Amino acid sequence: MAGQRPLGLAEELMARSLVNCEKAREMGDRSSTNWRTRFAVQVIVLLCLPVGALAAPADPSFSPTNIFAPVSTPAHSIFGLSLFALAVTAAIFVIVFSLLVCCVVKFGKRADDDGREPPQVYGSNQVELAWTVIPILIVVVLFMATARVIASIQKAARPANAIQVIAIGHQFWWEYRYPGLKVVTANELHLPVSDPGHPTPTFITLLSADTDHSFWVPRLAGKTDLIPNHPNTMWFDPQQTGLYLGQCAQYCGTQHAKMLLRVYVQSGDEFNRWIEEQSQPAHASAAVSEGQRIFETTACINCHAVAGTAADGRFGPDLTHLMSRETIASGAAPNTPENLRLWIQNPDAIKPGSKMPAMGLSDHELDAVTAYLATLR
Amino acid sequence: MSTDAISTLTAEMPSRPLVARLHEWVTTVDHKRLGILYILYALFFLVIGGIEAAIMRIQLIRPHYNFVSPGLFNQMFTMHGTTMIFFVVMPLLFGFANYLIPLMIGARDMAFPRLNAFSFWLTAFGGIFLYFSFLGANGLYGAGSAPDVGWFAYAPLTSQTFSPGHSTDFWTLSLLVSGFGSIGTAINIIATVLCMRCPGMTLGKMPLLVWLNLVMAVLVILAVSPLTAAQVMLLVDRYLGGHFFDTQAGGSAVIWMHFFWIFGHPEVYVLVLPAFAFISEIVPVFSRKAIFGYPAMVAASICIAFIGMSVWAHHMFTVGMNSNANTFFVLTTMAIAVPTGIKIFNWLATMWGGKIHFKTPMLFAIGFLFQFLIAGLTGIMLGVAPFNWHLGNSYFVVAHFHYVIVGGILFAAFGAFYYWFPKMSGKMYSEALGRLHFWLFVIGFHLTFDFMHIPGLLGMPRRIYTYEPGRGWDTWNLIVTIGVFFQAAGILIFLGNLLWSYFRGETAGSDPWDAWTLEWSTSSPPPEWNFPVVPVVRSRRPLWDLKHPSDPDWKYE
Repeated sequence: MAGQRPLGLAEELMARSLVNCEKAREMGDRSSTNWRTRFAVQVIVLLCLPVGALAAPADPSFSPTNIFAPVSTPAHSIFGLSLFALAVTAAIFVIVFSLLVCCVVKFGKRADDDGREPPQVYGSNQVELAWTVIPILIVVVLFMATARVIASIQKAARPANAIQVIAIGHQFWWEYRYPGLKVVTANELHLPVSDPGHPTPTFITLLSADTDHSFWVPRLAGKTDLIPNHPNTMWFDPQQTGLYLGQCAQYCGTQHAKMLLRVYVQSGDEFNRWIEEQSQPAHASAAVSEGQRIFETTACINCHAVAGTAADGRFGPDLTHLMSRETIASGAAPNTPENLRLWIQNPDAIKPGSKMPAMGLSDHELDAVTAYLATLR
Repeated sequence: MSTDAISTLTAEMPSRPLVARLHEWVTTVDHKRLGILYILYALFFLVIGGIEAAIMRIQLIRPHYNFVSPGLFNQMFTMHGTTMIFFVVMPLLFGFANYLIPLMIGARDMAFPRLNAFSFWLTAFGGIFLYFSFLGANGLYGAGSAPDVGWFAYAPLTSQTFSPGHSTDFWTLSLLVSGFGSIGTAINIIATVLCMRCPGMTLGKMPLLVWLNLVMAVLVILAVSPLTAAQVMLLVDRYLGGHFFDTQAGGSAVIWMHFFWIFGHPEVYVLVLPAFAFISEIVPVFSRKAIFGYPAMVAASICIAFIGMSVWAHHMFTVGMNSNANTFFVLTTMAIAVPTGIKIFNWLATMWGGKIHFKTPMLFAIGFLFQFLIAGLTGIMLGVAPFNWHLGNSYFVVAHFHYVIVGGILFAAFGAFYYWFPKMSGKMYSEALGRLHFWLFVIGFHLTFDFMHIPGLLGMPRRIYTYEPGRGWDTWNLIVTIGVFFQAAGILIFLGNLLWSYFRGETAGSDPWDAWTLEWSTSSPPPEWNFPVVPVVRSRRPLWDLKHPSDPDWKYE
């Protein structure tokens, strides 16, 4: 469904350019320079195509982070406004560009030029007035449409059943807290799907622990920055289950590029089960007590927390349910035992410049710690 | 008698030792020599900044590519942005302003020649100091580290906590120093335009180039001052225990953004108004018509400057301003499209009914009109705040402002190079090489910057040293990188053309374009005192009046 409207726009663009071609052809006939006209028509059509193509790829399979494949109310209203803005600017482009091509084609110096200067025209108040007033009218219309969408998104009321999440940006990972649900997790945000008839939107409070970051999951909403000392909020109501990708969109330091966002939108039941699991303390297992001892007696616990154990560091991601996550290092690598071991041994091999230090453990210790972490489901 | 003395002196010049001649260039206060120094300095840094861009584009040619480290990539985009804005485009435009304004208003030099030289050397020192960071940022401890905080250096990334060492200090101090140079030049331009015009040249009879540079100079004073203040505050934060931007001690990161963008957005107009100025001279001459709607053009320029001071926070739509603030900045941002549109329409009306000569300067001017149109329209899209919540900080915005700065300003500047090269050097450039440069650059520009919009629409943020496969960004990034090589070839042809023409070009004569403003009434290159006799003008096109005594302009103005 979302795929059809922009294609319509592209067609409209083509039609417009063809209308303009007809006009250009008429003009060309009058000045009996058909080849010039044909050239102009070709140039106009050729240049209009990419403008249409810009709006065409509204298919999520084209890119998982396509801004033209919205799945929430704010993303949909931005999408509608964007198409309107694209249509207005495309129309202006076609008109002004056609004028430019006409100037170049019609008024080029001819081979049989008599060497005399053309008639000198100094200006015209009527014409100036026209091309002042018409753009003002266009601006007013576009402004009104924009103001409406700004208000509808920014002034939306928070319903009582809204999901409340606190997102905290860190160099270079995301911390998520569900106040009231006693859940703390990292990098992979889980949310319940919102039924359009009975919406359960998610309101996210955006904070930063260090530098500026920006939360941008294009299919769910526009971006909002996470700025230290400047709490922000954003909201969206994901209307389809699935995994939505994005990444930090405000330069935050060396590993800005690998501060990836993953949002899992689940059915209400699945989400409730996930919350239930995440609110449990860590799963203890005697089989990996050696790994746990190493973990708790090295610098690991300065940064990482494992609920129900001595580890309560807060600089790094909470590891209580590490194995429930599909990725490590903020989405930089799949969460496999090999990657986990490599990450503890040499973080720079996965994410050079990340704040996780290489722990300098022996091979045996590495195996033990990895085995311990693998039990944190 | 005096003429003999002058020709003797001129004849002796080439035989003087190289050191003495170079010394003259260092100690000169002549506006033409300073103008050329500014331009050569800008060309040098254009090559450096271009190499930095090429390094970034090679790194991004495919996902997870390891051409440079993340740290080096971050230094490259910081240095590329800072260099191109402060040490390429500004000096380039100041160079042309310096060279042309006195010649166009019939003056013998700028109002304050020594301030002029001082300003140039401050700017020059700023650029050299910035690049010294590659060598000396850690002082005696060894290898340097260039700044890596991005060209708008958002707090608190610039604080001692997140940027230890001296790399950020190099950025701060070099912009502080060159900023004083810019303010000096701006004061000089304003004083020159207001006080040094030849008899008969009222404000309403100044060439549009002079008008636009006057407006630009006013904007420089208004815009660079807050940047300078912010740099001082940042230094206080870093070394004297201040907390202006120190968020860990209650400072505000958002205040830095406001300071930076109340500089940064007017800065865009500081750069683009002189580009408008070039186009406003080139289009009439090569269309063989007077500029259409001169008063409207002047009014639109002043209007752009006024509105341009009130749009800065459209760079901050994503920082969480309330809906009223967002709405206000949407309105001002869209409003500025109106005077800009008036300018485009007037240039088109100037071409309409003319006899257009497609020489290289005019080719670049037409390229400018086409690209600036698109840049303006993507600017309107970005001004639609909710659309901006997607587009801001994505590759779309990178493509947009390169469309403005390369497709608009640099194209206009290339036009200006070819247009005034005969005046500055006395030699004609090679038209064939000029056309080759134009077409290579057009192809390269469109390959790079047209296709750069698309990954932005597909969710690719700027300033990432690498990206994940499977996002649909790969092909676009490959095409973007390929375009860079065409642009680089174009630049090489351009530099080759300048050198070849300077040494081997045909003599240009004083007025190769049959143009109408005063600089074409004196010899090429002009003598040190510009005009043997101070000219008297009666219209906006004094040379038209001379060439068409039966139908002069002053009858109609």
